[in-house]
Order: sequence, then C-alpha cells, then structure tokens
Amino acid sequence: MASETRGPQGFERVIEAAPAKVAEFAETKTPVQKLQYALHQTPALVPLIVLVASIIGFGLLLGHKFFSAYALTLILQQVAITGIVGAAQTLVVMTAGIELSVGAITVLSSVIMGQFTFRYGIPAPISVLCGLGVGTFIGFLNGTMVARMKLPPFIVTLGMWQIVLAANFIYSANETIRAQDIEEKAPILQFFGETIRIGGAVLNFGAILMIAIVAVLAYVLRHTAFGRHVYAVGDDPDAAELAGVKVKSILISVYTISGLICGLAGWALIGRLGSVSPTSAQLENINSITAVVIGGISLFGGRGSILGMMFGALIVGVFTLGLRMYGTDPQWTFLLIGSLIIAAVAVDQWIRKAAA
Amino acid sequence: MDQKGGGVMDPILTARGLTKRYGKVTALDHCDFELYPGEILAVIGDNGAGKSTLIKALSGAVIPDEGEIRLEGQPINFASPLDARAKGIETVYQTLAMSPALSIADNMFMGRELRRPGMMGKLFRMLDRPQMERIAREKLSELGLMTIQDINQAVESLSGGQRQGVAVARAAAFGSKVIILDEPTAALGVKESRRVLELILDVKARGIPIILISHNMPHVFEVADRIHIHRLGRRLCVIDPKQYTMSDAVAFMTGAKLPEGAEAA
Ligand SMILES: Nc1ncnc2c1ncn2[C@@H]1O[C@H](COP(=O)(O)OP(=O)(O)OP(=O)(O)O)[C@@H](O)[C@H]1O
Ligand SMILES: [Mg+2]
Repeated sequence: MASETRGPQGFERVIEAAPAKVAEFAETKTPVQKLQYALHQTPALVPLIVLVASIIGFGLLLGHKFFSAYALTLILQQVAITGIVGAAQTLVVMTAGIELSVGAITVLSSVIMGQFTFRYGIPAPISVLCGLGVGTFIGFLNGTMVARMKLPPFIVTLGMWQIVLAANFIYSANETIRAQDIEEKAPILQFFGETIRIGGAVLNFGAILMIAIVAVLAYVLRHTAFGRHVYAVGDDPDAAELAGVKVKSILISVYTISGLICGLAGWALIGRLGSVSPTSAQLENINSITAVVIGGISLFGGRGSILGMMFGALIVGVFTLGLRMYGTDPQWTFLLIGSLIIAAVAVDQWIRKAAA
Repeated sequence: MDQKGGGVMDPILTARGLTKRYGKVTALDHCDFELYPGEILAVIGDNGAGKSTLIKALSGAVIPDEGEIRLEGQPINFASPLDARAKGIETVYQTLAMSPALSIADNMFMGRELRRPGMMGKLFRMLDRPQMERIAREKLSELGLMTIQDINQAVESLSGGQRQGVAVARAAAFGSKVIILDEPTAALGVKESRRVLELILDVKARGIPIILISHNMPHVFEVADRIHIHRLGRRLCVIDPKQYTMSDAVAFMTGAKLPEGAEAA
C-alpha cells in the first residue's frame, strides 16, 4: 500500500523533456472551411453579399430605372419602419426570445401620440413622450414576465400582441387622424416624414432614424459589457449566470429597450403615413422576424449581428421594389422572400457546423 | 470550535447544516464543511454524492434551503455567484460556465469587463479590448496554454481541454480569497493536468486556499493537505492524506469501509 506514489507519476516525468512551446495548429483548412469560418466570424457577410447581388441583379435587369440614387433611397424609405422594428426584434432574438407584440406596440404608441394631442389637447411633444413611455412600459412588462416569472417569450408576447392590439382598437375607437389635421396642428408628429435631398437621393428622417438606431445598437452590442452580456444570455443563460452576468436584469433591459424602439417606430410610422391609423403596422411583427432571419441572426440566440438584420430588411425592400418595377405579380415577391427565409436558416445551420 | 488537522488558525470558510433539496432528491443533507487558510482541501465522493451542489452553495450559485455559511467568521448569504466573486471567491464550475459564441477574452472578463480610460470608457462605456486581450493572453501563457492561437477565437472553437484551461485561468487570475475547482482536470491531457496541478500549488504559495473536487486519486493525494470525503449529501469524514492510502479513501467514499479513527463529521 505504501508503494502508492505521491507526486508526479513515473509516466508524467517525461513531460519535462517535451518542448516548452507547444506545436501550433497545422493549417489544413480547405477553402470551403475557410469560408465557413469567415462567415461564422462575420455573420452579416451573407446578407450583405445577397443584398449587393440582388441590387446588381435588378440593376442589370431594369437598368437606370432601378439603379438610380432615387430608387435606391426609396427602398431605404420603404424599409425604415421594418428596420426600426427589426432592431427591437433583434435584441430580443439575440437573447433566444421572440417578440410578437412589436407591431402592436408600434401602432399603439403612434395612436397614443395622435390621440393625446388631438383628443386631450396635450402639447404634441409631450404626447410623443407619452407614446414612447407606453411603448417602453409594455416592453418592461414583457421583460418582467419573461425574466422574473420565467414564462416563455413566445407565449408572453403572443398574449401581449392580442392585448395591446385590442387596447389600441378600443382606445382609438378605430378612428384615424387625418394627415391634414396633423400637418396643421401638430407637425412634429410627422417629423420623421421630412426629407432631405442630396442630388437624386431622397432620404427621409425615418430612414436616418433606422440607420442611427442600428449604428448605436451595433456599437453597444459589440463594444460594451451590456452588449456582450446580451450575447452571453442568449448563448447559455445558466452559464452566463454562473459567470457573473445578471441574467434577469439583462433580459428586462432588452425587452424594455425593444419597447422603446417600437415607440420610436410608432413615431416614424406617423411620418411615413402622414396620418395616425390604428390599423397600420399589422404586419411589422412578421416583417421584423423576416428581416432578422434573412439577416442571419439565429433564432436560438447568441449569434448574429444587427447589421445583418438591416441588410435583411433591405433585401426584402430590393425584391419588393425590383419586382414591382419589373411588373410581375406581387405574389412573386412573397414566394421569393419565403425561399430566402428558408435558405437563410439553412446557411445558418451550415455555418454553425464550423464551430462543431 | 476545535481545529483538528487545520493548524492553529480559524477556518476561512465554514458551513453548518447545509441542506439542499431538488424536489424529492436531497442533494445536500445537513452537510458541514470547513476550509482553513492557505490549505488545499480536496473534496472526493461518488457521482451524485453532492459535491458540486456543496461548492455551488459556497459560491452563491445555489441557495441552500437550510444551514449557515461563514466567510472569515462573518455569516454570508450569497444571492448570486456575482456576490461571491465580489468577496474574492472564484469558482471553476464543472460545466465551465462559458459562453460558446464569445471570445476567450470576453469570457475571461465576463461580468468584470474593463473599460477604456477617459471619455470613451466613461461616457460611451467602451470596452478596453486591447487590455483585456493582453491580460487574457498573459494568464493563459502562465498556464502553458500556448496552443491557443487567437485570443479572439470563439470558445466553441476550442477543444474541451482548452476550454477547461481557460476556465481555470479565469479563476486563478481573479480569485483573491478562495478558489474552488470542480473537476478542473477531467478533460485535460496528461501534460495540461500537470500544469493545472502546478498552478494549484502556485496559488497555494500565494496564500490562497483552494477547494479541489476531483475523481483522480493520485492527483488528490499529491496536492491535498486534507481530504473531505463526501457521501450521500454530507461529509463522511476528513482525512489526512499522509495517514491514509488511496484505497482507504476509496473504501470510505464508496461505503465499503467505515472510518473509525478519522474525525466524524
Ligand atoms: N439542478 C438540479 N436539479 C435536480 N437535481 C439536481 C440538480 N443538481 C443536482 N441534482 C441532484 O443532486 C444530487 C447531487 O448532485 P451533484 O451534482 O452535487 O453531485 P456530484 O457529487 O457533483 O457528482 P459528480 O461527481 O457526478 O459531479 C444528484 O442526485 C443530482 O441528481
Ligand atoms: Mg459534480
């Protein structure tokens, strides 16, 4: 019994003779593996390539009608709302959640901004703040239910979608506020509809808002501790918790910020439509999920970049405008977008294999 | 409180009557524990004996149903691992607690990120990536993990052993009062295991006590000052590795033999 060794075992002694500097990995990657790795590192690359290719494709097909500063900036204007709502969606999807109430929050916020101004005579800027506040608060409620009560995001936001949409119809009494009235009495509500022209390019403030939100979030997600924690929570919440991330407060913040962004989308929506309509933005929840998926953001959380989402929204915009200019049945757009969604998920799975 | 085998000092970390139930399963059953300053305490026991649950209770990852934990004599109630870390207790969990999609540097600094000095850090909360990468690289080199090519590599692209190395480096880099290692060499190669053992002895030389959970008896008997044998959710006994053989330890651990001379828990 006393023969049991204490200290390095005999067979371990030879280690000392081994070179101190361990051999580097041999580079045996094939070009395909390298591509897989690059895409894994830069998830926005695939949607960017698809976007550029589709712009070139429609440019060749339609010539200058499509390939002009005017048409290209028109696409930006058309996708602005989807892009803003998509930014809200991205944050939630990054945490492995899903936010089905984004469209409803957007329209309710816009209705509150309008109704507060016109029904109660509250100064428009304060109404805007109220609209943003309500959007933020609904997001906070979603986040609290997901983080504290541990309810599945799909269920929470599915319920919230119905509740908010119904509240929107009841509160607004299904009433639209006309564009002329807004223009006369509360032009600030249409602020994001203003445009600036640079040559043939026409940028509206809504498109600029989308780009600004995406830029800020891209910075936050990549270069701040909060952003890293959002990824960590989406990746593996238990590991994140053990590693010192306050998972609950990250989740609540994410849903709350996403509610605020939806509020901003509601404001931009008034600019886009001119009027306040309780029946608008119905498809934004689906559109935002489409942008997120085509943008290469994994629905399983923890992966992807918000730039990808914006490219995803733009791809949809390019196809919509391009096919309309070409004069096809608009159903072709949906057919193509549907294929793109499935292709994007297939590519996502393939890229994930780079890790395995 | 009497101190057998632990020298003349008071324990740095103690637990009394810790109980943790998961539904019908009792993972910890009125378990006692103590760790003395500067020592390496090994915790051994069968699979499912409750070792991981015990150290999770000590590190704030699990909140015990009953019992008391004291750090340097003061009762503590950790609500989260972050609280324990703030008190200088660092843990390598059996599951490693890494975010696969994030880089090595991001993982090492998770929850204690460094910010840029000046405006960029204060106002824009920008991470000080170069600094974090530099420190991470240093800590990994100390562990001899030179095969890691790129500090910005995602953790999921590392091998199981490399991941474990990163987790150990993280704990060793930041632990100031107690370091807890739950099977830190389970996935490591012969050479890397040896490095981790050397690192454990280094940490001990810095005066920081270590709790080491391991199923590797030669390793345990090589480095441990005392061995806490865990059985059925509680401490069966604590033995001095110089007075007992590995076979004795295994016999106690599996219930083949009952400890008589050893201090009963
Ligand atoms: N989160 C949990 N939920 C339910 N039961 C759990 C949980 N964690 C641990 N247990 C149970 O508690 C008991 C002790 O588990 P623990 O992980 O502490 O064992 P261990 O001694 O670390 O085992 P091993 O050597 O395999 O790591 C086991 O029966 C296990 O099934
Ligand atoms: Mg265990």
